[in-house]
Amino acid sequence: MTANTEKFLPHPTPVSRVYWDACRKHQLLIQHCGNCGQYQFYPRSFCTGCMAREPAWEQASGFGTVTTWTVVRRPVAEAYAADVPYVIALIKLDEGPVMMSQVNGCDADEVRSGLRVEVAFAAWSEQVTVPVFKPAGPAP
Amino acid sequence: MDTLRGKVAIVGAADTEVGKVPGLSSTELCIEAALRALDDAGMSKDEVDGLVTCNSMAEPHMYQAEVLAEYLQIFPRYCISASAGGGTTYSSLFHAANAIAAGVCETVLICLADSLRSGLSRDQAMQMQSSTGHREFEIPYGPTVPAYYALIARAHMDTYGTTPEQFAAVAVHARRHAARNPAAQMRDLISIDDVLNSRMIADPLHLLDCSLVSDGGAAVILTSASRAKNFRHHPVYLLGAGEGHSHEHISQAHDLTTSAAADSGRRAFHMAGLGPADIDVAGIYDCFTPVVLIELEDLGFCAKGEAGSFVAAGETALEGSLPMNTHGGLLSHCHPGHPGAIFALTEAVTQLRHAAGERQVGEAEIALVHAQGGIMSSHSTLILGRERD
Repeated sequence: MTANTEKFLPHPTPVSRVYWDACRKHQLLIQHCGNCGQYQFYPRSFCTGCMAREPAWEQASGFGTVTTWTVVRRPVAEAYAADVPYVIALIKLDEGPVMMSQVNGCDADEVRSGLRVEVAFAAWSEQVTVPVFKPAGPAP
Repeated sequence: MDTLRGKVAIVGAADTEVGKVPGLSSTELCIEAALRALDDAGMSKDEVDGLVTCNSMAEPHMYQAEVLAEYLQIFPRYCISASAGGGTTYSSLFHAANAIAAGVCETVLICLADSLRSGLSRDQAMQMQSSTGHREFEIPYGPTVPAYYALIARAHMDTYGTTPEQFAAVAVHARRHAARNPAAQMRDLISIDDVLNSRMIADPLHLLDCSLVSDGGAAVILTSASRAKNFRHHPVYLLGAGEGHSHEHISQAHDLTTSAAADSGRRAFHMAGLGPADIDVAGIYDCFTPVVLIELEDLGFCAKGEAGSFVAAGETALEGSLPMNTHGGLLSHCHPGHPGAIFALTEAVTQLRHAAGERQVGEAEIALVHAQGGIMSSHSTLILGRERD
């Protein structure tokens, strides 16, 4: 049996492939319905607001706010052991949708609900780059 | 309106040994639970014409319920394997009750067991840890099951000022009850400090805020009210039932601190024609301590944000206004996964039979049990009574 040294990498679906391809180019895409204007995440084949098919993709601002968080001190698998302690948070994007991610780039102790964060990208394999977040820099 | 109220009753209920039970596979634990419940009812297996079970992690079968029926050599006309995580027991009982009321079948054996402590291979244990969450948009970040619940705990702290000491009080009271239950897996008393000093697993949840990992099973037998008095014990009637479903993945929850327990509870109370003040004893799903507080609030036992002080004040202790999880709960009695909630149900039956011995809640007449599966996703509530009307 091989040791579990690889993280749980996502396997893109026909719908989500656009999202993961964009991550490799360090772009965070979310869906924005051309019919009713709803933003949504995760990617779906239709808009849950008005049921229009194939909502359009749009590059998100990449900024958001931590709504809740935890520090994982016991890793889920060996591949995550080197990251312990790591912060898992729910982040409300400025466009509205909420996504789960990690918050890196600061001490775990500095994370709070309400913390402003911005997207960063972590290449976990040649094929997969995932969006993570870090404390937002000063407003431009 | 014609409802399920009083139409069906539980006439048999029994647990297997729980905790570490290495001598029996998950399937055999399920069979053991079934045999004990049949014996409790004083019923032959040939009287059973409905069978419900849950999926097993340790010994998964493609056709779980058929495997049990075949092992038992019974030939039911209603036979399903249900999967709603921790909520499986009560939602499947609700479905079975509807089947009986509709005349689909007459007597349903609901038996659930798993062997998470002794029966999992290393690969299965890993699979179990990493199978909760969205495959593309949650799991890659490495959350653990405690971490998902920690997100809810933190939100409740931020919104209502709930404290780690109040979470800890849930675990302390569970252990006090388990100390009176010879069957419980963990019976040594613990203090608030013991909880707060136990290892941090995912802030703010400590090891002792988390439920157990166990082997074990239990079964109940449900039949029509018209047949219910033909068996050995005082029947326990179903007075109300309700479900609520809000999301699957916690990152998709519309509200982190108010759950669909509010919906399932409202529906169950409506069917029963009862309210929170009528409940004599409760079983509240306690996979992690903060879950209990949110459920108590959403079921209407206290206002939003007040469950922490409600539990810390001892209101859910045996001598309190709402004795809760008198068997010790998932925190101290046992937690074998999908079957988890069934032990609060068998305890409710025992309490309503007035047979709980040292932990009996007076002459309890009405019990409520509530469970949730997923990450506060799938909620189900049952209200049970000693009398039909």
